[in-house]
Amino acid sequence: MKKIELNNISVSYITGDFATAGLKDIIIQKLKGTYVKKEFLALQGITFSLEQGELLGIVGTNGAGKSTLCKVISGIMRPTAGTMSVKGSIASLLELGTGFDPDLTVKENAFLRGALLGYTREFMNNTYEDIIEFAELKEFEDRKFSHLSSGMKSRLAFSIACLVNPEILILDEVLSVGDGAFRKKSEEKMLEVIQGGATTILVSHSLAQIRRMATKVLWIEKGKQIDFGETEEICDKYEEYLNNRDAKKRK
Amino acid sequence: MINSLKEQIHKVKKYQFLFSELVKRDFKKKYKRTVLGMFWSVLSPLMQLAVMAIVFTKFFGHNTEHYIIYLFSGNLVFSFFKEATNGGMHALMQNANIIKNINVPKYLFMISKEVSACINFGLTLIIYFLFVAIDGIPFSFKFLTLLYPIACLLIFNIGVGFILSAMFVVFKDVQYLYEIFTQLLMYVSAIFYNINVYPEKIQLIFLANPVYSYIAYFRSVVLNGVIPPLWHHLLCLGYALIMLVTGMIIYKKNNYKFMYYI
Repeated sequence: MKKIELNNISVSYITGDFATAGLKDIIIQKLKGTYVKKEFLALQGITFSLEQGELLGIVGTNGAGKSTLCKVISGIMRPTAGTMSVKGSIASLLELGTGFDPDLTVKENAFLRGALLGYTREFMNNTYEDIIEFAELKEFEDRKFSHLSSGMKSRLAFSIACLVNPEILILDEVLSVGDGAFRKKSEEKMLEVIQGGATTILVSHSLAQIRRMATKVLWIEKGKQIDFGETEEICDKYEEYLNNRDAKKRK
Repeated sequence: MINSLKEQIHKVKKYQFLFSELVKRDFKKKYKRTVLGMFWSVLSPLMQLAVMAIVFTKFFGHNTEHYIIYLFSGNLVFSFFKEATNGGMHALMQNANIIKNINVPKYLFMISKEVSACINFGLTLIIYFLFVAIDGIPFSFKFLTLLYPIACLLIFNIGVGFILSAMFVVFKDVQYLYEIFTQLLMYVSAIFYNINVYPEKIQLIFLANPVYSYIAYFRSVVLNGVIPPLWHHLLCLGYALIMLVTGMIIYKKNNYKFMYYI
């Protein structure tokens, strides 16, 4: 059964209208007749599909549109063209720090973040102790969130996030938080979820990780789909591309 | 139809927890790091009232009985309107980071602001009734009807919040325009003067201002002990529903576009 199917998906951002230019400039430009609506194509013509239980790795250099694509699949953003179908409950962990409030305590933040991820109150009441144990932050629970170190913040974020049990899991660069020991612990925990049968999308800059985990790979560059297919094949191509690019830079 | 209603109810249940957490957050944040904390929500309208009472009693007070309560009624309702709509306007932008990264209904942020403004209003309302008692106005069961304009005003505020938050995302100048607009609206809402100096026909024109129609309801019940006629009820409700429906239409038409601007 196809869990995720994207057909010719495009997303364009509008630049140079009210939001960026201000009313005065727009009126002047309109009067002069020089007003043009500028568009920036963040994604164009993305087409792929995933079966249940597959793990898609998305690769591409910075600004390729990986995060935008994740937002489209999560339903946060509506594509400007193309059709898509995504079946099943989605948990998307795009930026782990989202929703935390520096003024509230660690405990209050855990509940707020849990609520944002769609957990119920009973669920949070029952699992809060586990979360704080896993994050190793028990002694800090009544401290202000802004007093935590950035490593501790990501540990808390990850611990709340990894309790999900979704049908579709979207991970955007979130598997590398905390120090070495915690990183290992978190990757294991995530693998548990993935092996539970979730269809997963993983964005990572670590090719080794993609090779190790992915069953399919999508390569995008500057918003355009370069290739989609088997892991080894695409990863080899992408690595070659990166090497060529670096070689050119060195010259 | 029934299915979509069921879906809506399911949705409401699903987001109930998030909603209460958001209200808590907004409320806690507002007074965090202040010494007086929650008292500010009571203190600031009281201070405003004190200044207005000192300045205006001499000019406008002599033809109005219980002028302090008259003033307070206007101020109370208008402050609620102002706080709720201003909060609603900024709600989406303030939570832009969340909206960009998590798929939650965006209007929750706006409505949670409305509710925390409503809690503030509730606190001020207690002080208001304290003043009413001190001023020697007898309490009556009629005061319960005040729940009606409060409910209407809440709906009205949500409607305005929908419109403003949608406009503010694409068009930042709205905040300054709205500031001027509320300033002007305050002057035509008869907060510190009594409209009975005008001929009756002109007095009716004041009711074209929705906020004034809610203020008038309050004054009629508390100061005169009279429950307004049916047409006044319909007017209050009408304003609220028209605003809510307009707001929802504008919001619905634009809400998926917000992502491109935030």
